Amino acid sequence: MTTLIERGRAFFGRETFGLLILMALMAAGFSIASPRFLTVASLSSMGFQAPLLGLLTLAMLAPMISGGLNLAIVYTANISGLTLAWVLLQAGGPEAGIGAILLGAGAALIVGMAAGAVMGAVIAYIGAHPILVSLAMMIFLRGLGEFLTRGGDISGFPPALAVLGHGTFLGLPVPLILFGIVALIWHIMLRRSRHGFAVYMVGSNIRASEYSGIDTKRTLVKIYALSGAICAVAGILMAARFNSVRVGHGEALLLVTVLAIFLGGIDPFGGHGKVAPVILSVLILQMLSSGLNLIGANQHLATAVWGLFLIAVMILRFGRLATLFRRKD
Amino acid sequence: MNNLLRNRQVESRLLVVLIVLCIGLSLSTDTFLTMGNITSLLNNNSVNLIWAAGLLVVLIAGGIDISFAVASSVVQYLAAKILIGIGGGNWALGFLICGCAGICLGLVNAALIHGFRIISIVVTIATFNVFFGLLMFFSGGRSIYSLPDWWTDRVILFEHQAPDGTWSELTLPVAVMAVCVGLTWLLIRRSNLGRQLYAFGDNPEGARRAGVSIAVMQGLAFGWCGMMAGIAGLMQANIVREVVPNALYGRELEVLAAVVLGGARLGGGRGTITGCVLGVMFVAVTQNGLNLLGISPFAFQMIIGAAILIAISTSNISLASLRAPRAEGRT
Repeated sequence: MTTLIERGRAFFGRETFGLLILMALMAAGFSIASPRFLTVASLSSMGFQAPLLGLLTLAMLAPMISGGLNLAIVYTANISGLTLAWVLLQAGGPEAGIGAILLGAGAALIVGMAAGAVMGAVIAYIGAHPILVSLAMMIFLRGLGEFLTRGGDISGFPPALAVLGHGTFLGLPVPLILFGIVALIWHIMLRRSRHGFAVYMVGSNIRASEYSGIDTKRTLVKIYALSGAICAVAGILMAARFNSVRVGHGEALLLVTVLAIFLGGIDPFGGHGKVAPVILSVLILQMLSSGLNLIGANQHLATAVWGLFLIAVMILRFGRLATLFRRKD
Repeated sequence: MNNLLRNRQVESRLLVVLIVLCIGLSLSTDTFLTMGNITSLLNNNSVNLIWAAGLLVVLIAGGIDISFAVASSVVQYLAAKILIGIGGGNWALGFLICGCAGICLGLVNAALIHGFRIISIVVTIATFNVFFGLLMFFSGGRSIYSLPDWWTDRVILFEHQAPDGTWSELTLPVAVMAVCVGLTWLLIRRSNLGRQLYAFGDNPEGARRAGVSIAVMQGLAFGWCGMMAGIAGLMQANIVREVVPNALYGRELEVLAAVVLGGARLGGGRGTITGCVLGVMFVAVTQNGLNLLGISPFAFQMIIGAAILIAISTSNISLASLRAPRAEGRT
């Protein structure tokens, strides 16, 4: 957690800084309201819970920066989890070895990427709207999953997999470490790589980037394929955490990821946005729900507060924008 | 006719596909083209069609609404509480309460979108969470079963007994759906406000300079969608005879897919009521056909998803070269 904050401070972007202050205020507020908030137990439970939402949010991030949307993230994760489960069951269920886990994880990544690439191809080469394409993909993947599992769960995984979901390494929860690594890769990919540059360009003006020599179609396919790969990581993590795979696990997270992204100051029209503020907003949402839970409010109230929170942030941003314009006049 | 085909490309293609689908199904099953099946198809999809009509108006105005299905649940629950509180009520009062409550929820969206210039998808995702969270919090997730009798009674408008003794009937939701679709058609095709909606959806700034009031347009679009959501909530409770707070959760995206399939453009300025009805019916007939063909219900969603994906892929092919890429997702 501290490394994340330090990393956030290093960027010192306006969004990041505002969110950091917000987060500090919230931590202070909750620790006054409940003495159990700033304990190792509650922090580590947050550390185990936040990565799933975080990974899915990262999967949503790149399509969003490119001016699109990927509504199929949760079900891509489910289908990838199913792939892993299938490989593990073929390898003997609870007796499956490390090799089978690696093979399964690889297969899951391939499936996730393939699902993403199909979406990307339809969006890029046919020119259909990303919301519609990913929506159809979502319905298809959910149906496929329900068809394969008959709506039930698949469980009975080797104990080695549970380490990924429940273990700690140097005192840090393994999921959090996994999330940190993926977030770092994602950050480098978006800010430092050729592909990342193309993502931002496509998001701000797809026509202009095409004329300036960027292969926009290939970029779009790549964006969605990589988004699918992150979904697969989330799916593997989900299988490890719940020790079962079920289509529909994490369904409610879909709109929360969009919420986290907007909270993180990503421009809904595409072209702008960074990884760090988005990670902060994931942590803020997690703190909100854990904190409210500790105070004794129920989960549904937390959902409502999430929504109100997003509206409040957007209104505050509007206020800032308005003062900016007044000064210009 | 040629002109019609060119202007309504998506709609006419969808119509052809739907007709082929219907012919295929009536040849391959002997139950598809029966009075009983067709009436139940209409009865079961009336709620979706009411929603679709409301959503279409928002899409034409260049917005998007995710919160309508949850808004229906909120309205349902409020109306049930109020009506039980005043000791009964009747249909007129039910429509009045549901319509007004729906409009209020829609105007909340419109006020946030217009007042703070937030884009509609952000606002409606936020209000989706707020509505659902508050509804579940205050209701505690408990369903209401003791609805007033008039609300749960089946109102049969048309009934017919086939020679083999099976009854087929059209119930009140179908009539309400027809009225809602008709009113929406009047609004968008035959009224001055409708023309302004199209203009506003296609080019908000241009419409503003031409003297269209943006506040009125947003209020109209989301208020209309909210009203339809309210009425859909009322009808859904009539069909299932109870109010379950989370029953409608998650149905918004499927309706959205169906409406967009029918040619409404995300981004605004395009969309017809015919296309919207065809889109919903395409999904409904596909599902119904799979059911009649005896395919495992677990495969339904998969096939429907694939059908939508294929429909999008093919419907855009010839258009892709004609249409200049537009800036995606405007307010």
